[in-house]
Amino acid sequence: MKITRKEFLELTGLSVLAAGAMHAVHAVKAEEAARPSTAQADPPKKQMALAIDLRKCRQRPGCNLCSLACHTTHNVPQFTDPRHEVKWIWNETFAEVFPLDQNGYTRRNYTGSPLPILCNHCDHPPCVEVCPTGATWKRPEDGVVMMDWHRCIGCKYCITACPYDARSFNFSDPRKALPRINPDFPTRTLGVVEKCDFCAERLAKGEPPACVEACPEKAIFFGDVLDASSEISIALEESYSIRRKPELGTGPNVFYFL
Amino acid sequence: MRERWLILLGYGLFVVFFTFPLWRAAAVGSSASMPRLQSSPAGQCVAPVEQMRAAHMDMLFQWRKDAVRHNNLSFVAFNGKVYSKSLDGTCLSCHDKQQFCDRCHAYSGVSGPGCWNCHNDPRAFAPKVTP
Ligand code: SF4
Repeated sequence: MKITRKEFLELTGLSVLAAGAMHAVHAVKAEEAARPSTAQADPPKKQMALAIDLRKCRQRPGCNLCSLACHTTHNVPQFTDPRHEVKWIWNETFAEVFPLDQNGYTRRNYTGSPLPILCNHCDHPPCVEVCPTGATWKRPEDGVVMMDWHRCIGCKYCITACPYDARSFNFSDPRKALPRINPDFPTRTLGVVEKCDFCAERLAKGEPPACVEACPEKAIFFGDVLDASSEISIALEESYSIRRKPELGTGPNVFYFL
Repeated sequence: MRERWLILLGYGLFVVFFTFPLWRAAAVGSSASMPRLQSSPAGQCVAPVEQMRAAHMDMLFQWRKDAVRHNNLSFVAFNGKVYSKSLDGTCLSCHDKQQFCDRCHAYSGVSGPGCWNCHNDPRAFAPKVTP
């Protein structure tokens, strides 16, 4: 077979191009592999979770003691402008929290009984995926989704990524919106995101989260769901529970008994 | 050539004004006096004084990293005593922010890395609020 000069040049050019493309593909693949993923190689040893018994919550209409305890403990600012609201755990209507689980009975019986919502400390937290500074991460030892306020640059990507509206932004100086400051816990500052951290400071001392302690009905269970003998695992074993938007694949770790 | 004296006078005035702070300080004594900081009421800090003076910022940075990011809260001091890695809990339980941190930072013109934008001075909250 004879090959013309033109064909030879064309073939050489194509081969060089193909080799180059291979390099590019390999480089992209290597980068993907090196990127830390929230889908950890070895599964966490513990996963702290919360289970809220709404049957007990409904015994006390209008109760918001869990939210009050949390917000005073952690110096959560009380901005009155709803656009600036900062919340760690707060009450929302059943229709708002479980829009797809409504039926005639829930409308009749649960409307008027708002239920507490908070960060779900997801198994695969999208907020962690998007944080550009590593200011939020999933703690490998107990699965708590932590925040380092020192490192938050206020880009708000996490707020956009969280499908549960669990994060708030300090649009103005939070100290101005605190009637009293608990000196044992820092405040945040202008331009920082905040959310529930399962009371990491109390867990370090072996205490349960403030909301769990404050609940007069003992409606909130807290513990390790990977330990079958923990109180929360037993409670979840005994009653049917639902979670918020599990279909998104985030693996929320806040459970509700209806 | 007639302006020579004028120019020299200008030079002279410039030198006098430029060095005025030095003359004044020599005449009336410096207004900035080195703060005399009280040593820790507990008698002993978490590290020797020289080390704290030179490198407290490095230690605080390390503590912050350990406590927040690695959930590692206990610090074993050079003398074997164990402390909690906490600015408000440990440092400020002995030192007074205003009398200790602020005075020295003001004297040395280091405005500080914004610790107090979030961390609270417990002495500013007496009587203590317990939630
Ligand atoms: S609930 Fe939102 S903030 Fe909490 S871990 Fe899940 S995605 Fe992140």
